[in-house]
Amino acid sequence: MPGPMRGRMPKGKKIENPGKVFKRLMKYVAKSYGLHLVVVAALIFVSVLANVQGTMFIQSLIDDYIQPMLTTDAPDFHPLAMAIMRVAGFYAIGVAAAYVYNRIMINVTQGVLRNLRNDLFSHMETLPIKYFDTHSHGDIMSTYTNDTDTIRQMVSQSMPQVFNSAITIVSVFISMVILSVPLTVVTLVMVALMLVITGKTAGLSGRYFLQQQKDIGKVNGFIEEMMEGQKVVKVFCHEEENIKKFNELNGNLYHSADKANYLANIVGPVNMQLGNVSYVVCAIVGGALALSGISGLSLGALASFLTFNRSFNGPINQVSQQLNSIVMAMAGADRIFKMMDEEPEADNGYVTLVHVKEENGRLVESDKRTGRWAWRHEHQADHTVDYVELKGDVVFDGVDFGYNDDKIVLHDVKLFAEPGQKIAFVGSTGAGKTTITNLINRFYDIQDGKIRYDGINVNKIKKADLRHSLGIVLQDTHLFTGTVKDNIRYGKLDATDEEVIAAAKLANADGFIRHLPEGYDTVLTGDGANLSQGQRQLLAIARAAIADPPVLILDEATSSIDTRTERIVQDGMDKLMKGRTTFVIAHRLSTVRNSDCIMVLEQGRIIERGTHDQLIEEQGKYYQLYTGNAIAT
Amino acid sequence: MIKTLAAQIKEFKKASILTPVFMIMEVFFEMVIPLMMASIIDDGVEAGDMRHIYLVGVFMVGAALLGLFCGIMGGKFGARASTGFARNLRQAMFDNIQTFSFSNLDKFSTAGLVTRLTTDVTNLQQAYQMLLRICFRAPISMICAMAMAYLINARLATVYLIALVLLAIVLFFIIKKAMKYFQLAFPKYDELNASVQENVSAIRVVKAYVREEYETSKLKKASQGIYDIFLKAERQVVLNMPVMQFTVYTCILLISWMGARMIVQSELTTGELMSLMTYCMNILMSLMMVAMIFVMMSMSIASARRISEVLNEKSDLANPVNPIYDVPSGDIEFRDVNFSYYEDGSKSVLHDINIKIKAGETVGILGGTGSSKTSLVNLISRLYDVSSGTVLVGGRDVREYDMDSLRNQVSVVLQKNVLFSGTILENLRWGNADASEEECRRVCRLACADEFVEKMPEGYHTYIEQGGSNVSGGQKQRLCIARALLKKPKVLILDDSTSAVDTATDAKIREAFAKEIPDTTKLIIAQRVSSVQHADHIILMENGKINGYGTHEELLRDNEIYREVYESQTSGGGDFDEKK
Repeated sequence: MPGPMRGRMPKGKKIENPGKVFKRLMKYVAKSYGLHLVVVAALIFVSVLANVQGTMFIQSLIDDYIQPMLTTDAPDFHPLAMAIMRVAGFYAIGVAAAYVYNRIMINVTQGVLRNLRNDLFSHMETLPIKYFDTHSHGDIMSTYTNDTDTIRQMVSQSMPQVFNSAITIVSVFISMVILSVPLTVVTLVMVALMLVITGKTAGLSGRYFLQQQKDIGKVNGFIEEMMEGQKVVKVFCHEEENIKKFNELNGNLYHSADKANYLANIVGPVNMQLGNVSYVVCAIVGGALALSGISGLSLGALASFLTFNRSFNGPINQVSQQLNSIVMAMAGADRIFKMMDEEPEADNGYVTLVHVKEENGRLVESDKRTGRWAWRHEHQADHTVDYVELKGDVVFDGVDFGYNDDKIVLHDVKLFAEPGQKIAFVGSTGAGKTTITNLINRFYDIQDGKIRYDGINVNKIKKADLRHSLGIVLQDTHLFTGTVKDNIRYGKLDATDEEVIAAAKLANADGFIRHLPEGYDTVLTGDGANLSQGQRQLLAIARAAIADPPVLILDEATSSIDTRTERIVQDGMDKLMKGRTTFVIAHRLSTVRNSDCIMVLEQGRIIERGTHDQLIEEQGKYYQLYTGNAIAT
Repeated sequence: MIKTLAAQIKEFKKASILTPVFMIMEVFFEMVIPLMMASIIDDGVEAGDMRHIYLVGVFMVGAALLGLFCGIMGGKFGARASTGFARNLRQAMFDNIQTFSFSNLDKFSTAGLVTRLTTDVTNLQQAYQMLLRICFRAPISMICAMAMAYLINARLATVYLIALVLLAIVLFFIIKKAMKYFQLAFPKYDELNASVQENVSAIRVVKAYVREEYETSKLKKASQGIYDIFLKAERQVVLNMPVMQFTVYTCILLISWMGARMIVQSELTTGELMSLMTYCMNILMSLMMVAMIFVMMSMSIASARRISEVLNEKSDLANPVNPIYDVPSGDIEFRDVNFSYYEDGSKSVLHDINIKIKAGETVGILGGTGSSKTSLVNLISRLYDVSSGTVLVGGRDVREYDMDSLRNQVSVVLQKNVLFSGTILENLRWGNADASEEECRRVCRLACADEFVEKMPEGYHTYIEQGGSNVSGGQKQRLCIARALLKKPKVLILDDSTSAVDTATDAKIREAFAKEIPDTTKLIIAQRVSSVQHADHIILMENGKINGYGTHEELLRDNEIYREVYESQTSGGGDFDEKK
């Protein structure tokens, strides 16, 4: 049964060490299904033996049962009946074994796929943001779809097939040797010829298949890009050029696909007919041997041998046809393992976030929500434990940062945010505002300098705890498939319905949610495609609100929202900010004006800082930025 | 549907016919060879007749060579026909999509079109190859083998016939049940992939909320669900194998028993018995093949339907019979225009629009989300046709112009704009393929894109990644504006095209427009009042109607909504005016 076929096929790249990949894949399969595989192997063995028994019986049918009966006047069918019953028994065992091992293989295949997906996914979740920046989403997805698909092919079909064929080949080979050594040699020579020709054809076809994958990649890339920009194509009347370009790429794909398929198609017939030739050669050589009486080959044995000759070629043909899918699976496995080998986000932090209450002027850890948090700092030197109350005191000291080491985008950033303060970042596009906020929660690690959070180096804080203490509303909101309620609850998984509604009210989202067809139970799909930008933003705010974090990072995204919605969103944000240390990438005058401190960024440097009034007085960049009523995004 | 698709076979008709022909001829040799094999054993080996072995051997090698030839030819034409068919399908779809109007495009999602052009075509290619190579071959091979079996011995052949019918019935039920499960399984599989996709793009949210484990457990549940349902489906499929084996074995044993009796009674030779055994595999394997094809075909029906949907879609905008190629001026007029995205005119989004814009004017368009600003400007370059009324450019109805000429003269910078992979120069030259580098620099200066482009290591030759992922939102918008300017249009429409550009630069761009292209009519859709307040006129849209029209001062004085918007954008900025 074919799996769902994906358009984007694995890209044709050479695997460095196919043997190593194969070994690793086998190890992976054996890890959870080792015992299954042993049982399957044993059952395949049984099934093949039963099959060989049957073939042997057909041989002896003529020599041992029919021939003797022909010579007597009163043929006795009893021994034949007994033999048939016996073989029927063997067959029954064979069929049962085949059924059972196939059933087990389904479990193995689906199980391996499930485990692969789970492992890939849970590993992916630990990867740093940088990984997602540097790998196209299409490629990552392709690992889940195409690459696991090639593994499915191999585990479910190629593996048992090859094993089955191997056992058949060995057992038939032994039988052939017993019958006649010279004829076996003849057969082997023919098989060698077959293998050479198949190998050549498969190699050639493989080359074209790689070419085909490359061409498919190009065609699909072009298609994706142009479909995405089709409206732009129309506006620029670029249809003709597009068709021409596509025609060219499509033609290339046709040529490589034609050749690859052609060569793959002829492997079967070539093998089959070579098998027939092998049969004739054996018949002639065998006939000559038997008639001359040199090797003591009986005619009956020759007839049997010829049958074996036929059943020898079948499995060889099958193995050669599996080669392609094994090669593909190795390429897929290689990519899967590469992703699994990606370094996860480093986290050497040991300072954790705990709830505390105050007893006799000292902070004491509490296992209930108390509304107060503290950093539990266990000193590594002497294992004494300190509790530092979480206040939201953030200090950047001489921070340099670049997405790559060779391209620093933030230079010597110094910043002090005192608890409860509202810090606004202002500056033109690309000045580094979003980048700074990404450093506080350690989406990226800095190259130089220090970031302190309540006096603790953020590198010492466990990432999970650090991020729990920070609420973020990102500029581009992402919602998840699920109900509105689920999406808000994302901020606090154990929130009650009342809490969800309270958070929605705080964020001014309650109003529009109640107007949705199913209210809070409306199912959102495709990143909330059925909501407007403003509504999605409100949900993102509600999601941050329910988490109730002591520190907030807000990337005000208001450029694509109309003014009225914007005011509602703004209002929601204002309510959320009350009483918390807030870093806000500000676009609106009102937000900026009320800030305790405004940082003006330009090209990765803080060029001005101060309150609104101070900055206006300075008449610098900040002052300049007010040529309009709002501040740049 | 079949007709639509079959029309795309075109130059591969010959190959499509030759493939089954060769495949059927191959079947012929496949049938003859076992007969020869039997003859080698019966008349050669058993009789000890070496000459017979030679003779038949030579014939058999000849037959094998001919069979090989047919097999190779079948493979060759099969590959050609199917890959060629796929090529034509892709090309025909792509060509047709290029003629689509905006409303055609709205009907299909981008992802939907991509799937049709890629996955669906691949599915059909495989199905078509299968159809040509096996669909004719398997039944004919089955019938021939059956006929041969009957020729050899009718009584024994009847055993096969009975087995065939029984096996067919059992297979039918197994497949039917399996298909049911698969149909349930595939959507789930797609769902799983969609949720992975969602996670990849929302990874920042996941990490910000420390929800990695939560997401992982969600996925584990989903993948366990897939495991369960695929297990159910495959469990049905796996029944095929033992049923098949059981039938084959039963046949062999029955034939052995009955055959032996017949040989003893001299009604059958041993060689014939061996041939019958060969045909047994032939017949039952062919049946399996037919069943497989049936499954493959039924799975590709959905793909076939999706492809023919695209092929059958007709563009709903057509060029006039005697088009005008020259747009005389940048005058724009809307006369009693009503517009709806639906053909039947329901859910109208523009009502009774009447405006006159003189060439060279700058007009700002303001309004809330969904107030139909974009719909309004899209009518000017005839991206959609009006439902009633007329839109005039240069004094002529837009429907009288050649569409390409109109769109080259009326340049739109779309709200959702895209840069393509290629250098900056190549991207700019979408506006005008023959533009000199000097010309490109000039428009970049106008759009304030020159400063950052020149700072890039390779300047105008910097390579833009797919979707423009290596430039920021504001930079992208400025390049898009430059690209549109390169057309030297009579009308320039900016649909919220400076939203990610900072206010100062925004103002600089507007200034450059006023100075450098004074004769071009400029329509600017914006969210910020500041972007339009210096325009000659401002159109305020509200619910698909023009709510106000006038200069900034007039509207501020007379229009309540405008005043409200203005104040809200400057709220808390009581000292805003002093500041300037």
